[in-house]
Amino acid sequence: MPADSPAPTLTERFSHGLDAPICLTWELTYACNLACVHCLSSSGRRDPRELSPAEARAVVDELHDMKVFYVNIGGGEPMIRPDFFDLVGYAVERGVGVKFSTNGTMLTPERAARIAGMDYVDVQISLDGTDAGTNDAVRGGGSYSAARRAMDNLAAAGFGPFKISVVVTRQNAGQLDEFRALADSYGAQLRLTRLRPSGRGADTWDDLHPTQAQQRDLYHWLLDHPDTLTGDSFFHLSALGESLPGLNLCGAGRVVCLIDPVGDVYACPFVLHEQFRAGSVRDAGGFASVWRTSELFTELREPQSAGACASCGSYDACQGGCMASKFFTGLPLDGPDPECVHGHGEAALAELAGARLEPLVVPHPGSGHSKTGRRPTEREPVFVTLGRRA
Amino acid sequence: MPFDTAQAYEKHPKVAIRREAFGGLAYHYGNRRLTFLKAPPLVDLVEALGGFPSAAEAIDAHVRPDRRPVYEKALAGLLDSEVIRAR
Repeated sequence: MPADSPAPTLTERFSHGLDAPICLTWELTYACNLACVHCLSSSGRRDPRELSPAEARAVVDELHDMKVFYVNIGGGEPMIRPDFFDLVGYAVERGVGVKFSTNGTMLTPERAARIAGMDYVDVQISLDGTDAGTNDAVRGGGSYSAARRAMDNLAAAGFGPFKISVVVTRQNAGQLDEFRALADSYGAQLRLTRLRPSGRGADTWDDLHPTQAQQRDLYHWLLDHPDTLTGDSFFHLSALGESLPGLNLCGAGRVVCLIDPVGDVYACPFVLHEQFRAGSVRDAGGFASVWRTSELFTELREPQSAGACASCGSYDACQGGCMASKFFTGLPLDGPDPECVHGHGEAALAELAGARLEPLVVPHPGSGHSKTGRRPTEREPVFVTLGRRA
Repeated sequence: MPFDTAQAYEKHPKVAIRREAFGGLAYHYGNRRLTFLKAPPLVDLVEALGGFPSAAEAIDAHVRPDRRPVYEKALAGLLDSEVIRAR
């Protein structure tokens, strides 16, 4: 998040929560025309219970009332929603700035020009390799050229500094300088984020997550390139020494949360799992009530135990790392991050694997809305609206 | 121009402030920067700046004399990040 480095006391205060989130992600749809192997939300098929255009506008009204200054819109592919431009326009009109993430496939020259004409709209194009081979292995055939076309279209439309958003993997960790050069060539900003074992990422994390050596290189690269955007996602690397810029804490339910396409509110974008579902914007009291009074968020704002990390000298720097990464690899939430730079996570994972008599039961995010996956309609009621879309 | 307590200032028209228990969050819709106002009286001061002929008088009205230097420094920082501007 684009925050100034705050004093430690402020960070402590953030851990108790705020009246409204600083960083809110809103996934508009589970529909997606790609099927990235690390998709956090296992997107693919549209959920029939998706918020209607009127409900989505009501969410914008609430964000306005709560003084949420901007929202990170994602999906799925958000541009698939037929009311995408209406909704973005409405948010901007109400003083809620929009930053949206897209795979770029639908960012035609006409749409690029339309976006360039809007105030307070930022665009983030996802790209996971500086060549088609590396990128398309993760994001699917043709996705590299589609993303580059979208960048060309934004540049031609005079949009200005859009963002190139990269999930750092074992396969692209050696391309950071090339990503940087690509961003520079467009006058764009480079954004690097951490791979999480969430969504379909649960099944690919073992093969994709960076090695310890790559993590160390990344840490130094980030220190050398402090203008790189990270969404504070690599705070677990601060255990390597000097803190990286930003809030060094897990913001889940404290400064961050996620609204999913059907209006469910989760603690962060990486924990789409029942255990971290705080409520729904469709509940009485709406989003504000979920944020301010839900049992889950209240619990997350309590002082957290350092658990197995209490005796580690780096705990103050890394705060035990990412809750979602621990949860989906089967590690206790008060234990080390699976990618702990001191190797405590690897040891804990090995211990977990060695101690098990039964097959290891790890909380699985489920196949969610993957096109090949189990359909949620098998367990949940579906509300079908007959007739034409508004 | 550096911050000058004799000068009149106001909250930047593109800035919105949200009060929080620790103070407030200021968001600048132009440069899209989020700035933390780390004390509740600082929020009151920034909101009221535009009604005073000088920063010094606004500070006098909101802050104990011994705390003045802290708030002058805070306002200088907020001028840099365009949360406030000269008028």
